Amino acid sequence: MTSATDDATGPVLAADGTPLKRSLNRALRRQKLRALMLVAPLLLFILITFILPIGDMLFRSVENQIVSETLPRTVVALEDWDETTGELPDEAVFAAFHEDMVIAADQKLHTRLGSRLNYEVSGMSSLFRKTGRRVDRMDTDQPFRDQFIDVDKDWGDVETWSAIKLFSPEYTPGYFLNSVDRTLTPDGIEKRPEDQRIYVSLFWRTMVLSFTITFSCLLLGYPVAFLLSNLPLRSSNLLMILVLLPFWTSLLVRTSAWKVLLQDQGVINNTLVAIGILSDDGRLALINNATGTIIAMTHILLPFMILPLFSVMKTIPPSYVRAAKSLGATDWTAFWRVYFPQTVPGIGAGAILVFILAIGYYITPELVGGTSGIFISNRIAYHISSSLNWGLAAALGSTLLALVLVLYWLYDKIVGIDNVKLG
Amino acid sequence: MTLKKIMIGTASCVALTAGAASATDMTIVSWGGAYSASQQAAYHDPYMEANPDVNIINDESSAEAVAKLRAMNEAGNITWDVVDVVASDAIRLCDEGLALEIDADTQLAPAPDGTSASEDFGDLLVSDCFIPQIVYSTTFGYRTDMVGDTPPTTVCDVFDTETYPGKRSLEKRPINNLEWALLCDGVAKEDVYDVLETEEGQAQAFAKLDTIKDDVIWWSAGAETPQLLADGEVVMGSTYNGRLFALIEEQKQPVAMLWDAQVFDLDGWIIPAGLPEDRQQAALDYIYFATDTQRLADQAKYISYGPARASSAPLVGQHAELGIDMAPHMPTDPENAKNTFLYNYEWWADYRDDLDAKFQAWLAQ
Amino acid sequence: MALPSYASTGQRIWYYGFRTICALIFLFLIGPILIIIPLSFNAQDFFTFTPEMLRLDPAGYSLKHYEDFFTNPDWQRPLRNSFMIAPMATLLSVGFGTLAAIGLSQSHVPFRGAIMAILISPMIVPLIISAAGMFFFYSRIGLQGTYWGVVLAHAALGIPFVIITVTATLVGFDKSLTRAAANLGAGPVRTFFKVQMPLILPGVISGGLFAFITSFDEVVVVLFVGSAGQKTLPWQMFTGLREQISPTILAVATILVAISVLLLTTLELLRRRSERLRGMSPG
Repeated sequence: MTSATDDATGPVLAADGTPLKRSLNRALRRQKLRALMLVAPLLLFILITFILPIGDMLFRSVENQIVSETLPRTVVALEDWDETTGELPDEAVFAAFHEDMVIAADQKLHTRLGSRLNYEVSGMSSLFRKTGRRVDRMDTDQPFRDQFIDVDKDWGDVETWSAIKLFSPEYTPGYFLNSVDRTLTPDGIEKRPEDQRIYVSLFWRTMVLSFTITFSCLLLGYPVAFLLSNLPLRSSNLLMILVLLPFWTSLLVRTSAWKVLLQDQGVINNTLVAIGILSDDGRLALINNATGTIIAMTHILLPFMILPLFSVMKTIPPSYVRAAKSLGATDWTAFWRVYFPQTVPGIGAGAILVFILAIGYYITPELVGGTSGIFISNRIAYHISSSLNWGLAAALGSTLLALVLVLYWLYDKIVGIDNVKLG
Repeated sequence: MTLKKIMIGTASCVALTAGAASATDMTIVSWGGAYSASQQAAYHDPYMEANPDVNIINDESSAEAVAKLRAMNEAGNITWDVVDVVASDAIRLCDEGLALEIDADTQLAPAPDGTSASEDFGDLLVSDCFIPQIVYSTTFGYRTDMVGDTPPTTVCDVFDTETYPGKRSLEKRPINNLEWALLCDGVAKEDVYDVLETEEGQAQAFAKLDTIKDDVIWWSAGAETPQLLADGEVVMGSTYNGRLFALIEEQKQPVAMLWDAQVFDLDGWIIPAGLPEDRQQAALDYIYFATDTQRLADQAKYISYGPARASSAPLVGQHAELGIDMAPHMPTDPENAKNTFLYNYEWWADYRDDLDAKFQAWLAQ
Repeated sequence: MALPSYASTGQRIWYYGFRTICALIFLFLIGPILIIIPLSFNAQDFFTFTPEMLRLDPAGYSLKHYEDFFTNPDWQRPLRNSFMIAPMATLLSVGFGTLAAIGLSQSHVPFRGAIMAILISPMIVPLIISAAGMFFFYSRIGLQGTYWGVVLAHAALGIPFVIITVTATLVGFDKSLTRAAANLGAGPVRTFFKVQMPLILPGVISGGLFAFITSFDEVVVVLFVGSAGQKTLPWQMFTGLREQISPTILAVATILVAISVLLLTTLELLRRRSERLRGMSPG
């Protein structure tokens, strides 16, 4: 094209008389536009149904309007209060607080605020509930400070007020700090009391279990992929069905199967007792613990390891190993020095895929994991549906998401998203 | 198989199923299992017979009712019409303005003898939003074939892993478990909540639970313990007394009740706040029907929970299928209620957030 | 990798040892799925083989769990819901997905990498996070607990599969075919339906099958986004597994395995057809 425009006789013209360059550019632009038009509906669809929800979750993890919305006057009045003096806020703050609480109790907002503050300072929930019951009956002519302290002595505690002040901004890092067992205090970020630290160890456990599962998948998947890629096409196709059938079978079917197999009175234990390997009292604890999670999830994720390994092994020419052997290498050396290094990309692809899938699992750990075999996902679900600490659920989810995205990025670097194959 | 055929097939499938839902749907949320079945027989079926245009849909989401109602409230789109919750959840929902306040005397049926509903329900109206339905208890059942010659007699045998080796199942929440732990650690019944209010008391309760932590399977749905008992996975476990009744009397499993220190609790209805006028009216109409004296007594034919109305008690008869007298299976029967524990609603409403967090942290350690 | 006649004893041991190990791994893969099939015909409400079953006594077997599945509304309603949700979600994924895949496979697409990453993301993000996000967001806009909420959520989850399979067929697509069609006077629409569509159809259908099975099997998202009116088959199984494992679950599981076998066969036939078609195309 450049040679055409460089022509000394002037620009080359298209059939309709416009310069060819411009005509080509226009065609290219139109092509781009058409491509975008085709993609746009789906992009919009995904944005609304998927990306916005994820964004909303990120937003919930820092959102904290509840304090300033429920106690607007108190929050303003507290701005002038200096908690470092160690003195209680003045009567104006208590009066503002009374006014806010009367409205909040009337609209039934105070218990939710109490629950919110309880995530940071224990005891807040009961304090707000108690106060809400009595705030209506307070004497508006008397000083409010003494009346509040009369309801609960915690209102005479500087810490209560500094906690309210600390969490009055509309956005807070509080949930993220909670998700790593830290808490925000007037003196800075501190570790939570020992008996309330669970998330760092839970993240750690999720990683360790996912890693164990990935490793078992590799251990079991490698020989199978090796066999499949070295068998004649007809028999490998047949055996491939044994890999693909579990892959296509419903997750719940496979989990039910493991529940049936692993129970104390289940098929495995009964068989072992029947043939005399185990005594009736010595039944193996295979379910409702980490063992159950590892066994069931290794089974569920194994096809995701075998398939990428297989597709890589398939491309390795058998002549390489033969050449090594003819040059005097033993079977082991030929495998380890020549064959194995060529399968590393497959191992990388399979391992990252399995790890990404494992780390976010919810259903299987919930059903067979008991308390020691559960993942961070199970806590997220607990906080959404039981404890109602949605901010913390969102913060835990965002942290997990960040972890997965890093792995995804790695996967993209190693394998490339475009090379994802199915079936 | 061409795409066209698939699409036609899909379209007709959707059209078929869409046409089926024409009657007014009323979504009633409950606990599932035998309990929902008893409500179906005692309330839903007769109600649908009397109101052919109403189609009742059962939802088994009562365990997550508070979360889901909060989500619906946020969206301003309430998809549930009547929700069966335990009293403590009802208090919480009422506190947060998520449940409709009910005036018992004008919106509920009086007793047949004319006694007002508020008098008939009495103390059981623990919240303005709560319409009590049953008195149930959380208690233990044990495998008779797995405890040797000395069956357990007190709740403290749950903590005795020497005499009764094997797993036990407990509910995955602090309520009841902390009380039992303290009772079995030498705290007098009347002091339990005072002790539990202090840091030391809580630590004491958790320390007691620590002694059996490795032997516990934690349940979150009421049907789990009966299943675990039936499979022989646990030697004893806590659950609702009605579930154990079904296991023992209907499924004839080798299980017996340990009524000791059973904890009385209430279960009943709430109507979500913010329903459109017509649906709210329909829900109120259902509630009026389903909580009258006769219906409450009818439910006891199918499940061994005590009706919440005083006037229903004399009407409790025999089991609908088994034909056995239901009275001896009620938690309130004097023989069963020799040693009971009263669950303090107000206290738990205040301290639930705190202790839930601590309990979950303890579980995870 | 047949054993040569000159193999040493060590090689023989290794050869048979390796095959035994592989056989055991295959057993691990397929065994759990196979074991539920006989158990689903158990005449008792147990999860283990009864003595009658082991003796192959016909009295130990029955179809009662299948009967329960086909007559009990607790199972039939979820089955119906699954068949209402999955096809609609598939339709949406396939419609939007195919269009976008065609757009993406054109030679000049701005921000191709970024767009691709966004479109594939529902497959990568852990389900619990998608479920949490959708629960929060759909609550805000009133889609939580509605039929369309579940359908939209499932369609989003199925889209990556459609994109991947359809782009895969388009990669091997010979552009000179469309050019030839245009040259012979066909408009873009006609070219699409007469030339492009038949060739990418296998990819579209297998993408559709993936999308269908994604929705049909999905439980985490529907658990949070749906409510009783949308209870699907996997949801009912989940509830059943967590609360009361009745052997009916095993009957359902067996039926689902049969469906999987059917799907697997369809996919394999499609793959062969696609290869044959492309083998015929010039270039």
